[in-house]
Amino acid sequence: MTQAAGAAPIEGIAAGDQTDQRVLVASQWQLIRWRFLQHKLAVISLVVLGLFYFVAVFAEFVAPYDPYIFRAELTLAPPHTIRFIDPEGNFHLRPFVHPFKKTLDPETYAAVFVEDETIMQPLGLFVRGDPYELWGLFESEIHLFGLQDQEARLSLLGQDTVGRDLFTRIVYGARISLTIGLVGVAMSFFLGILIGGLSGYLGGTVDMVIQRVIESLRALPTLPLWMALSIALPSDWPVVRTYFAIVLILSIVGWTSIARVVRGRFFALREEDFVGAAELDGASNLRIIFRYLLPSFLSYIIARLTLAIPQMILGETALSFIGLGLQAPAISWGVLLKEAQAIRVLALSPWLLLPTVFIVVSILAFNFVGDGLRDASDPYTHV
Amino acid sequence: MLIYILRRLLVMIPVTILISIIGFIIIQAPPGDFVSSYIAGLEAQGDIIEPELIDSLRARYGLGEPIYVQYFKWVSSFIEGDLGYSMIYREPVVDIIAQRLPSSFTISLLSLILVFVIGIPIGILSATKQYSLADYSFTVVGFLGVATPNFLLALVGLWLLFKWTGTVAIGLYSPEMQNAPFGLAKFIDLVGHIWLPALIVGTAGTAELIRTMRANLLDELPKQYVTVARARGVKPTKLLYKYPLRIAINPVISTVGWLLPVLVEGEVLVSLVLGLPTIAPVLLDSLMQQDMFLATSIIMILGILTLVGTLLSDILLAIVDPRIRGAV
Repeated sequence: MTQAAGAAPIEGIAAGDQTDQRVLVASQWQLIRWRFLQHKLAVISLVVLGLFYFVAVFAEFVAPYDPYIFRAELTLAPPHTIRFIDPEGNFHLRPFVHPFKKTLDPETYAAVFVEDETIMQPLGLFVRGDPYELWGLFESEIHLFGLQDQEARLSLLGQDTVGRDLFTRIVYGARISLTIGLVGVAMSFFLGILIGGLSGYLGGTVDMVIQRVIESLRALPTLPLWMALSIALPSDWPVVRTYFAIVLILSIVGWTSIARVVRGRFFALREEDFVGAAELDGASNLRIIFRYLLPSFLSYIIARLTLAIPQMILGETALSFIGLGLQAPAISWGVLLKEAQAIRVLALSPWLLLPTVFIVVSILAFNFVGDGLRDASDPYTHV
Repeated sequence: MLIYILRRLLVMIPVTILISIIGFIIIQAPPGDFVSSYIAGLEAQGDIIEPELIDSLRARYGLGEPIYVQYFKWVSSFIEGDLGYSMIYREPVVDIIAQRLPSSFTISLLSLILVFVIGIPIGILSATKQYSLADYSFTVVGFLGVATPNFLLALVGLWLLFKWTGTVAIGLYSPEMQNAPFGLAKFIDLVGHIWLPALIVGTAGTAELIRTMRANLLDELPKQYVTVARARGVKPTKLLYKYPLRIAINPVISTVGWLLPVLVEGEVLVSLVLGLPTIAPVLLDSLMQQDMFLATSIIMILGILTLVGTLLSDILLAIVDPRIRGAV
């Protein structure tokens, strides 16, 4: 955005004739890719997001436990310290943990977890644990990592209020929290292109009406509107249906900004010479829209979409957090935070706030990737 | 200028009508007609409902009549200031909103002011001292501020507060001031409490503003007129305020209107987390218990206030930037 006017799209352009040739013959998408790779933060963020989505897709395998199986005796147990050096001072290449021993504080009678230093429980890769069905298709009980002793429990990020493994639940929560943004944006994209395209291409009365609808939807504060709409969802709906209903609700506001951008681009590009040339060539309206207009700002739209994903993720988190979004048997980051809401519990078990870290990291990553894409794809700032 | 304002007002009319239609859809959205759920709610609280009351309610909102008749009956009573009766609070909706809206409004307004007072100077500093330590640290803080949702910030804030002071709720007044008549002492007490929620509500907006301000100013600074002015010996501070800043600040002013809904929204969530006596808990309660008149009225009023805010920011922009007046 801050790029000075007339800057070369690729920094290496003056490096020599060879690069020059390469840039000249490169397709638009190649140029975009090269430019994007120069944005270091965006590339790192893309890797982080890739990792997150990998974890979300293979949640059953990555998570060491079953997200619903609870150990009452481990209620609110803190995170384990993963150790390499035993109490005698010997170094072990294979990391291990000491299991928790529950004692009562003699004064307050509160449960206190102390590590039992006499027992060492080594960690392992591809260990056997709770059985699961990956995507409901493949049965297995092999988990990416865990304790070699099946009976013991590794508390990587602590245990929740009923003794379920928090890390496991965060991994499963990623599945809902991270996909809701993608699905929501896809839906907004479809609505936005369709309605914005109509508005921009037809103009006149249609444009007037659509613009007023967009303005009124945007004038209403988003969150109260989402809240009001999600109230209408019956609470006995299955998780999947609620999920899609929530996505739809989030998209009701989301499409408006896409539609505005699309309309603006249509207006600007309609006057361009290449559109005029296509018209003279006898191309039909639809062909002009899809063959010439859309490709010329698709990359820009994709960048805008990436920046819209965090809003969707936050929307779901906020709705679930106040109890109007997804409800308890479903696991999303918002649902996890809702369980962390009681301040007295939170004060003693601060690890319940850890889903926050994952939310912030994924939102930051999406912002950086979006920035990178925008810089790479946006020829309009160079005018 | 007058013509510009009149035009802007004219555009607002259809938007307001559309907002009311959306509001009406929200009333209709829950399953069953709203008088039935209203009555079911009253009965659940152990009230005996007179059949006459049911009939009068049905007649008043035109139930059983075509949908557009129902809409017009509802809208006309809304315009007359009759927002209906709240089943859960057992008070006219107008009274509830009148009690709660001022504190919501104060928080939003205060955070708006904080956003500007904090955001603009930092943005200028970041741009003029580009790539300095301060610039880098504010950029990092800014990114974190944009990425951290306000309510999570509130939750973390609440946790820290509990850790340090052992108090659970923040509230807008200290306990001993809660029932005191409003006066200078109470006002000072309010100021002592309200800054934290206002700051939390404004975080994302401030971070965004710093980024916009920095980017805009950086676009202006290398331009020739700045160099020319510097060559003529204009003092650096005077130059900054007189030329590039005036241009860089325009987009900021034009976005005030869009900032407002964000702040209102942030206020809702933050108030819910911090347990502040604003309109937010009422909204959540009314939605949870399907008190749809109350809920819709709140949403409509927030929407209309936002529209007014957008209008004000547009007028402000037209005053600052003469090019706008001719456009539209």
